[in-house]
Amino acid sequence: MSLELDDISIRLQDRELISLSASIGPGEVLTVMGPSGSGKSTLLAFVAGFLDPAFTASGTVRLDGLEITNMPANLRRTAMLFQDPMLFPHMSVGENLLFAIRAGRAIPGKVEAGFPSGITKQRAGASWADRRKIAEAALDEAGLHGFFDRDPATLSGGQKARAALMRVLLSQPGALLLDEPFSKLDTDRRARVRDFVFEEARQRKLPVLLVTHDAADAQAAGGAVVTLG
Amino acid sequence: MLALAPTLAILVLAGPILIGLLATALPAFNYFPALGGSQFSLDPWRELVVMPGLWRSALISLAAGLVTAFIALTSVAAFMAGWSQTRLFRSIQHLVSPLLAVPHAATAFGLAFLLAPSGWLMRLVSPELTGFSRPPDWLIVHDTFGLTMMAGLIVKEIPFLFLIALAALPQVRPHDFAATATSLGYGRIAGFLHAVWPQLYPQLRLAVFAVIAYSSSAVDVAIILGPTNPAPLAVRLVGWMNDPDLKMRFVASAGALLQLAVTAAALLLWLSAERLAGLIHGCVRVSGRRFTREKTARAVSAGAISMAAFAVFAGLALLALWSLAGYWAFPDALPRSITAATWMHEMPVLGRPLGITVAIGLSATLIAVAITLACLEFETRTAARVKGRALMILYLPLIVPQASFVFGLQLSFLWVGLGASFGALVLAHLVFVLPYVMLSLAEPWHAADPRYARAARSMGASQNLVFWRIRAPMALAAILVAAAVGFAVSVGQYLPTLLIGAGRWPTVTTEAVALASGGDRRVIGVFAFVQMGLPFLGFVLATLVPAIAFARRRDMRAANA
Amino acid sequence: MRRLARSVLAAFAVLAAGLASGQAADLSDWASVEKAARGQTVYFNAWGGARNINDYIDWAGDEVEKRYGVKLVHVKLDDTANAVAKVVAEKAAGHDGDGTIDLIWINGENFAAMKRQDLLLAPGWADKLPNWRYVDWKTKPTVLTDFTVPTDGQEAPWGMAKLVFFNDTARDAETGEMPDSFADLVDWTQAFPGRFTYPAPPDFMGSTFLKQALIESVEDPSVLQKAVVETEFDAVTAPLFAALDAMHPNLWRSGRTFPKNKEALRQLLADNEIDIAFAFSPAEASNAIASHELPDTVRSFIFSGGTLSNTHFVAIPYNAAAKEGSLVVANFLISPQAQLHKQDPKVWGDPTVLDTNALPDEYREPFDALDLGVATLKPSELGPALAEPHASWMERLEKEWTRRYGVAN
Repeated sequence: MSLELDDISIRLQDRELISLSASIGPGEVLTVMGPSGSGKSTLLAFVAGFLDPAFTASGTVRLDGLEITNMPANLRRTAMLFQDPMLFPHMSVGENLLFAIRAGRAIPGKVEAGFPSGITKQRAGASWADRRKIAEAALDEAGLHGFFDRDPATLSGGQKARAALMRVLLSQPGALLLDEPFSKLDTDRRARVRDFVFEEARQRKLPVLLVTHDAADAQAAGGAVVTLG
Repeated sequence: MLALAPTLAILVLAGPILIGLLATALPAFNYFPALGGSQFSLDPWRELVVMPGLWRSALISLAAGLVTAFIALTSVAAFMAGWSQTRLFRSIQHLVSPLLAVPHAATAFGLAFLLAPSGWLMRLVSPELTGFSRPPDWLIVHDTFGLTMMAGLIVKEIPFLFLIALAALPQVRPHDFAATATSLGYGRIAGFLHAVWPQLYPQLRLAVFAVIAYSSSAVDVAIILGPTNPAPLAVRLVGWMNDPDLKMRFVASAGALLQLAVTAAALLLWLSAERLAGLIHGCVRVSGRRFTREKTARAVSAGAISMAAFAVFAGLALLALWSLAGYWAFPDALPRSITAATWMHEMPVLGRPLGITVAIGLSATLIAVAITLACLEFETRTAARVKGRALMILYLPLIVPQASFVFGLQLSFLWVGLGASFGALVLAHLVFVLPYVMLSLAEPWHAADPRYARAARSMGASQNLVFWRIRAPMALAAILVAAAVGFAVSVGQYLPTLLIGAGRWPTVTTEAVALASGGDRRVIGVFAFVQMGLPFLGFVLATLVPAIAFARRRDMRAANA
Repeated sequence: MRRLARSVLAAFAVLAAGLASGQAADLSDWASVEKAARGQTVYFNAWGGARNINDYIDWAGDEVEKRYGVKLVHVKLDDTANAVAKVVAEKAAGHDGDGTIDLIWINGENFAAMKRQDLLLAPGWADKLPNWRYVDWKTKPTVLTDFTVPTDGQEAPWGMAKLVFFNDTARDAETGEMPDSFADLVDWTQAFPGRFTYPAPPDFMGSTFLKQALIESVEDPSVLQKAVVETEFDAVTAPLFAALDAMHPNLWRSGRTFPKNKEALRQLLADNEIDIAFAFSPAEASNAIASHELPDTVRSFIFSGGTLSNTHFVAIPYNAAAKEGSLVVANFLISPQAQLHKQDPKVWGDPTVLDTNALPDEYREPFDALDLGVATLKPSELGPALAEPHASWMERLEKEWTRRYGVAN
């Protein structure tokens, strides 16, 4: 699986914010660095399909060879993690994960990429009980055993970040888009969460587009680095 | 489908008003064939301008609009500036919310009995302190300049503005800004007014306009508390409209247009005053004065708000007492006997009006909430905002005085064959319910963090799924509050219900006003309670349902508080 | 589109049905009227401000449903003019056969206006009702002329009204002797300033007070029976306005504000703000005592020279949807049973329009036996009845009053 960005150009009125071409292979991380206001979050919005109409953009985005540039956001399979974990406050931790698990049949051939280890594709999305098992297995994997019924508000910052990552992975994405997802964690937690995210992405062979202004993030990611602005 | 929502909203709102205005404007220029006016002329205007005391009526209406808005707004601003984040502020905050459910007329009746020379305050101190065994002949209620009427409007509008301000407050991060200003050595009030108010006021503006429009054209409050010789313009034009001499309807139509002009003039004056205030504020802001001596200002602001709350609550308590009173003479502070007879008598006849009130209120509210959500969802999906002029159309019913177009609306409903049906009545209510629902819901909706929806979308959720599972449930509290506001507005409608419903659909409000014309304070007390009970129930539900649904979701509760 | 077509069709159907029922019922064949009325719903638009009257209308509704299968719905008004406005609006919109008002409680100006604008069912029908034979049109001429306007049978009498004053006898020591004429009253206000007022015209009760004062102060009362002659108006009313000018500074609140209506006036008496109130119904004081609105020491009095008297009616708009039903209800309302029940002070206390002496014994005796209530004067104590002036006087007086006193200083 790979994410390709061809001749991407994003402008705000007459000013070109971003001009970029890149290819991110399975399990690879491309880090985009730049000061605030340089447009790095705009790049993610463009790739994920949330670009504000105020911007104009050109270029093509391909995921696994399929062009997704003009697809609706929900069909692109480009999952996003934000600065904040964005766990839905009106759902329990478990419901947050269930929300991400597709109902009905799993998409053939994509199951291993999205699901935590130990869940086979035959069982994916079959029934509520199975879906709950999938969610609980994901929680176990993230070190959140028994957190299914918890109120997300009662989790620590690191726990929330891990739950958010598992939620995104359960949606069987084709790529991960990270918008400074570690910047709000304290220093000792940051490294652990970061390693956890990259490790899970590598295991699932997901291409990762990371936007950050922290050089340590870029270093930990280990992949190519593009600097904007 | 969704793309039609804004158009539909504008049609529902602007259509009836414009048609109503047109059907008012034609008779104002003498065109109304059914009454023999078949040629355009200025006769109605000629008759209008020679009405005794016309200009004084118009002036009182104008003053009522401006004075009410100014004092209510100043009290709210000063209180927020001087007291936010104090215990007093929190307790007032809890106290004020239920006041929204109290109908204007009930407030006015309560206040009238509190303040009149034979009222309860005077009874409390008579004859022991005053020596009065009979009430003094003082012109307090119905005073010539409408001061008591303005007081009645102010105590009712303070909670309205206060709640709108409370809702808008979190978005402007008041504590950070105020703290910054205070740390620079500014007084509490000055810091708030310099740092927070300029951001807060634009959010309140529309509500202030609504207050001006309402106060400059109120009929019910003006009848109960306002001057009589002459009465404010709106009262007089309703009187002309009801004159047995059917020719007076032409004059009344011209009067309705004059009312429109008076309200417009009040709004324009306010707009110019805004400019002036902005200039003065600008000068003061750069003068560097710190205004640290503010004890008196704080005390006055707390006093104003507390008195407003006290006046309404005391008035209601007295009405409650009246509904149970036997004969109650001056100067007795309490009735001579207590009886449940009034309640027992009115309860059986309340069933049908109650049912109709709830049916109309729920229908209009449901439709209004659906249209509002569709509009907002459309905006969110297309990342477009309904702006500028289009927005003004949405809020037209808040700003155009009812008395100036409802009579015309009745006529046009008849023309299209919509007379007296349940549907017509719901439609008429919708005109007034929709803007309030829109007003209550738009801010919290826009304030929602878009990243939740984006997270959901990026996980493969369709727009519809995101709406039903993420956006709508997260906004549940705001939606229910908006619905409660809409329901309260529907319950309170008098003129449209009476005229469009042709009396075939009696609601608690039309019954209350009809019975209030009999002047028996006991019956007024009973109906005031029933009339405010329904909206109050709505607000209680709007508070309870999310609290129960999200009992175990701390961040949802924090978002609602 | 199809739905639109359907609603247009439905509208036509309604219109057609309306036109069909627009034909006048044949009153000579009363049985057929009753037959047509069965199953109809009559929307009775009547002032709804008094609990006892509302109850009476409920009672009448039960009776006509039981007897004739007519459903009576009381549409409670705060002002009868609203109903007039409604008929005007319906006429403007061409709703000539499916009006929303079937029966309307009316008299005076409202009747004159509706009659003038052809808004009432024509030709006259009231004197062809079966129960008309009991109506006392000989000694109560106001059942035939409403404010000097001939009713022409376009409204049926329902009850009698007479101007009656009342005061709290417990305060006799402070209030002195009650006045016995309008001139007396002016003197009384001088002796007891701030203790009398009247509702501001054009309120019905306020205008009634003005007319009483006019009749008493005018030199030649016969001019009042004809329409106002504009050139003579000032001269005729000069004594009246001279008296009012003298009285106003001594009124409650020095005449700078006036109560809205007779209910507000009564409340002022209850609150001890004034000492004399008045009403257009002999039973008013007794009713108010019964509902705890006034103390049981209140008593009624009249001017011995006579007070204003008139009749209130029910009328049928020209476009009423349930014409036969309305006729049946109007006929029931002047039946001896209905009139007897109405005059019972525990029910309403409204004086009958019937000639009780001419009734069969079974009805005459209970009429004679009625206990009218502590504060109600007996028919023999009510004094002479003064006839209403021509309706144009009221309109002109109201205008003049507003011009002179409508803007206080």
